[in-house]
Amino acid sequence: MSKQALEGVKVADFTWVAAGPLTTNYLAQCGATVVKIESITKPDGIRTFPPNKDNQAGPNRSLLFSMENANKLSMTLNLKHPKGLELVKRLVAWADIVAENYRPGTMERWGLGYEDLKKINPSIIMFSSSAQGQTGPDAGMGATGITLQSLSGFTHLTGWPDRDPAPPWGAYTDLTAPAFGAAALMAALDYRDRTGKGQYLDLSQYEAGLHYLSPAILDYHVNGRVAGRTGNAQPYAAPHGVYRCSGEERWCCIAVFNEKEWTAFRQIMGEPGWAKEERFSTFLKRKKNEAELNALVETWTSRHSPEDVMAMLQEKGISAGVVKNAQDIYEDPQLKEREFFKKLDHPEIGPLSHRSVGFKLSRTPCGPIRPGPCLGEHTEQVCREFLGMSDEEFVDLITDGVFE
Amino acid sequence: MTNQKQDKNMGALGPYRVLDLTDEKGFLCGRLMADLGAEVIKIEPPGGDPGRSLPPFYKDDPHPEKSLYYLAYNASKKSITLDIETTDGQDIFKKLVKTADFVIESYRPGHMDNLGLGYEDLSRINPRVVVTSISPFGQTGPYRNFHSFDLLCSAMSGHMFITGDPDRAPLHISLPQAYLLGSAEALMATMAAHYYRRKTGLGQHADVAIRDAMIKTTVNTVPMWEYKNEITKRGGVFWTLRGEKQRVLWPCKDGAVSFGMHGGGFGAKTNRELVKWMDSEGMASDFLKTIDWENLDMETATPELYNELSDAILRFFQTHTKKELAREALDRGVMLSPVQTVADISESTQLEARDFWDEVEHWDLNVRIRYPGAFIQITETPCLKTTRAPHIGEHNEDIYIRELKMTSEELAILSGARVI
Repeated sequence: MSKQALEGVKVADFTWVAAGPLTTNYLAQCGATVVKIESITKPDGIRTFPPNKDNQAGPNRSLLFSMENANKLSMTLNLKHPKGLELVKRLVAWADIVAENYRPGTMERWGLGYEDLKKINPSIIMFSSSAQGQTGPDAGMGATGITLQSLSGFTHLTGWPDRDPAPPWGAYTDLTAPAFGAAALMAALDYRDRTGKGQYLDLSQYEAGLHYLSPAILDYHVNGRVAGRTGNAQPYAAPHGVYRCSGEERWCCIAVFNEKEWTAFRQIMGEPGWAKEERFSTFLKRKKNEAELNALVETWTSRHSPEDVMAMLQEKGISAGVVKNAQDIYEDPQLKEREFFKKLDHPEIGPLSHRSVGFKLSRTPCGPIRPGPCLGEHTEQVCREFLGMSDEEFVDLITDGVFE
Repeated sequence: MTNQKQDKNMGALGPYRVLDLTDEKGFLCGRLMADLGAEVIKIEPPGGDPGRSLPPFYKDDPHPEKSLYYLAYNASKKSITLDIETTDGQDIFKKLVKTADFVIESYRPGHMDNLGLGYEDLSRINPRVVVTSISPFGQTGPYRNFHSFDLLCSAMSGHMFITGDPDRAPLHISLPQAYLLGSAEALMATMAAHYYRRKTGLGQHADVAIRDAMIKTTVNTVPMWEYKNEITKRGGVFWTLRGEKQRVLWPCKDGAVSFGMHGGGFGAKTNRELVKWMDSEGMASDFLKTIDWENLDMETATPELYNELSDAILRFFQTHTKKELAREALDRGVMLSPVQTVADISESTQLEARDFWDEVEHWDLNVRIRYPGAFIQITETPCLKTTRAPHIGEHNEDIYIRELKMTSEELAILSGARVI
């Protein structure tokens, strides 16, 4: 394998659950050495997140954990043991970057705040990711992506205008923040390489999330408009939305942006009588009568598979696609061609597809190479190779319960 | 360049220049690089970037300098006009590439190559340059030439299929998100390539696929299919993220709050605190008070048990407003958030306390507009304060005359010929 972009970058990774590990996931997939630090008594909660091997939860059985933590190394440490804390300090001396996403104040309580780390390694770059940042009255608020996406405005903006919100599935803010954080870390690394100076990065997932809503925030301040739910409609195209197709729970999306596309779309549909009616004759009229228009478009799409709609419309230069479900994604020809999923053999789970970052670099391959580590799988390797520990010391530390 | 003096904060990317050829698929990437201190030059076609027609508009006036979408995502950049489809334009662009550190573009795959401005061409001019291409599906593969729009990337990522009410069509987020997620992915790709260049002196081509960047929002649904042959479906406010169906949105007196009832160690503390709180208001049954939260596994909990829990919580939330719930939840350590609108967000005392907002002077509109500020707080090299997005070609003279030493006659000729 050719050299990877971030080879040589060393990360001591205290992050857990989602937003943190997904940040260091970028670094690990680009070739950084990421040592994930957990304790055996309190491992990363995602280690039991479904689906689990044979539906039985266990530290090395979650498929999601393996995907999120591909390429990382796992070391276990008991931070309540004084020698455990000593080892952390040796890792800090080794590392370029320390990453964490505990509730603000936790690292300080352990004596591992930025001021403490700086004393050990003056050029260390420390990264904290939290729900609302390290400072301010709400800094202590615990959160998950489910709650934070509501705080950040995404829930209110998802759904139909005539109904209550239908929150964006998953944990949306856990996915908006990681690329911001990982990229900022790269910038800090560049600065350190030029100046010798480390620094502290405080990412608020709430604040990062608001950059995904900037136009609505400006619209409120300038025009007093409070953005609301619009289903799948957008002001600049009609039809624009999702339409039922033949088959159970099969859907396509279509957008028609201009006169030329509208004419071509009518031809593909076989010039149905309704499409030539006065009420759909101009963009303004199609927009005004959008609900009826959508219902009529659906009478056509519901006779075809979404794959056929996509093929027919794309051929004529109209934007249309399949609303893909998980199986469609798994079997997607484009993703296959670009090897987006890499099947890796996990020692306990067996073969499992791991998703790649959303980019390819022409000189330096990136993507999953090793499955997410088993708990403590690399403790010995980290101690011997990175910390230069002797056999005697390693055995002593085992006996003392430092790795538990 | 070690131990370089940097007295004034220039941001972490202070020494670098970005040529930004993107449309709305990539606006945010350059914006974030500018926040980190890079000099980002937006290259617009003569007459202005088509993204300037994107709503909403300042005072609803559809003027190319008043698109709030454009202003938001092109703030802190510079602007020059240049038609890179002309040979004169290509010559000028190549001159700029000589000293540029980054080029970011979001044309249809192959377009830059056809103009003789593909990565191979540009790397001959400047072997250090990092070129980032942002497209819906990437530069290769059977979908590469697909006609796309934001919602389509979202639809084909799998996120829409699982978002929305079960009795209606799948949904995207009303403020389209795919291009923004793609831009963030592009930023990371660009920075990884940059790190490698610093070590080796070699630039490279980053090929970003917007749809691929969005697939991670589907969390565990692909392994649910691969391993269990289960297709996760839309459930409205009920999700099957963690095994059994669970409510994620709870109506309260004046709106709704988000609260996830997680089992085991992950949810034990917050569930216990919530029950204490309910009890303090006489709304926790004996049953609720005796639950061993540490050992309650929501995946295997019976629907009867789950319903009993959720009915009690639902009744409790409905006795309070979202503000009351949010305040008390913070004090008690319950993981709960109100469903906020942009109006609620603008009143946040937390954002105020962190000095998040940037007030940006728009002298042309005679107004100060509030923008989201630093996307991350950095101690030594803070993100730069947001500045107004440039007018069309606002920096033409700076770049063409002062830097490339063009005469004002040449600039006038090229403007007349609509090259600039």
